Amino acid sequence: MDSIYNDLNAPHSMGTTIIGVTYDGGVVLGADSRTSTGMYVANRASDKITQLTDNVYICRSGSAADSQVLSDYVRYYLHQHTIQLGQPATVKVAANLVRMVSYNNKNMLQTGLIVGGWDKYEGGKIYGIPLGGTLLEQPFTIGGSGSSYLYGFFDQVWKEGMTQDEAEKLVVKAVSLAIARDGASGGVVRTVTINKDGVSRKFYPGNTLPLWHEELEAKDSLLDSLSATSPEPMVS
Amino acid sequence: MMNLADSAPATNNMLGSEADSQRTLYPYVTGTSVIGIKYKDGLLFAADMGGSYGSTLRYKSVERLKSVGKHSVIGASGEISDFQEIMRYLDELILFDNMWDDGNSLGPKEVHNYLTRVMYNRRNKFNPLWNSLVLGGIKNGKKYLGTVSMIGVHYEDDHVATGFGNHLARPILRDEWHENLTYEEGVKLLEKCMRVLLYRDRSAVNKLQIAKITEEGFTVSEPYSLKTSWDFNAFKNPTLDAEGSW
Repeated sequence: MDSIYNDLNAPHSMGTTIIGVTYDGGVVLGADSRTSTGMYVANRASDKITQLTDNVYICRSGSAADSQVLSDYVRYYLHQHTIQLGQPATVKVAANLVRMVSYNNKNMLQTGLIVGGWDKYEGGKIYGIPLGGTLLEQPFTIGGSGSSYLYGFFDQVWKEGMTQDEAEKLVVKAVSLAIARDGASGGVVRTVTINKDGVSRKFYPGNTLPLWHEELEAKDSLLDSLSATSPEPMVS
Repeated sequence: MMNLADSAPATNNMLGSEADSQRTLYPYVTGTSVIGIKYKDGLLFAADMGGSYGSTLRYKSVERLKSVGKHSVIGASGEISDFQEIMRYLDELILFDNMWDDGNSLGPKEVHNYLTRVMYNRRNKFNPLWNSLVLGGIKNGKKYLGTVSMIGVHYEDDHVATGFGNHLARPILRDEWHENLTYEEGVKLLEKCMRVLLYRDRSAVNKLQIAKITEEGFTVSEPYSLKTSWDFNAFKNPTLDAEGSW
């Protein structure tokens, strides 16, 4: 009985589902919004997609603290870099800075990250930086505990050169599927779309997401179905 | 074996200061076997493009064969982030070598020696680069092929391999390798080895590259996949003579 309370002091971890995909003209980053300490959901509306610069964002998974501090360091480095460079930092530079901090502190950090953004040289780019600090540029990537349930999904539906609308719909569907099966993912789906015209944040509350297997349409109350035409929707 | 939800790393530093030596305890994203052979005109290497994350075949487009300067090729298995760091060291090494602008350039023997020193010294500090490397090349007509492990074990031979390749590929190579293999024979031999690895190594993926280095320079093939054979009666009816077995 007591064991459930031990968890309240466990380190905050974002079980998480995070996704980054490129499309024709930019990138779409997506994430769930659940932060847990053990079995308790400490924050059901977290924002796991964090800004590094005007044109580069990062999806955070794993330890909440580690990923926040890492993002803060990289934001600071990029701020200085932008001043010295005289123009917006490229996505590649941002990703390499994240790799540098991640790799050099690999023994202490426990965070998997996805860096995504748009710059005038390479357009939309996505970089995956898993545990250990490997840096991999990819057309799309998934991360976090919820991603385990999405490998097969993406193997089947991924295609290059989607439109912005197709890409956003794909990301929302994917995060929603992961939330359905991963206890460590939940809440709302957030997306950030980045292209030459700038950055656009979208918010999809749970009730706007599709229903999957064995999930039921939400009701206000059982009593609503009692006032329907049939007498009593009870089974004996 | 690898507990991804493990919070152990956060507690390791409890007894020491931040200045304590780092130590790589375990790899995360890993590449499997690399094979290298000498042939008539130079050297050939093969490696698949897999990056495993524990038992998950997570990444399938990881380039594990890279050129080093004008004369050498490196292939890496083990932790990919450490291989990327090794490439940064090597790129710097080659850059400084070029900056001398003295007409000399580091050959495979020198690069192999450099890597050996790096790997062994890291091992002595209990902070290894978690890789097994194949290093080969040709300079002034002399072919060189060597390997270095994460603990600094190093040697040269006519054919080398890392990981599972040592157990599955090298016996084939001991049998069928000879001097003066043509390019075609060499590629076929490597493909024979890679096919066996594909059948028998759980972390192998069916997408590979073959790299070649000759006096003319370095080339690496476009990624491609190997055909496999499963159409055997013994496979269709494996328990014919032994009902209940598998």
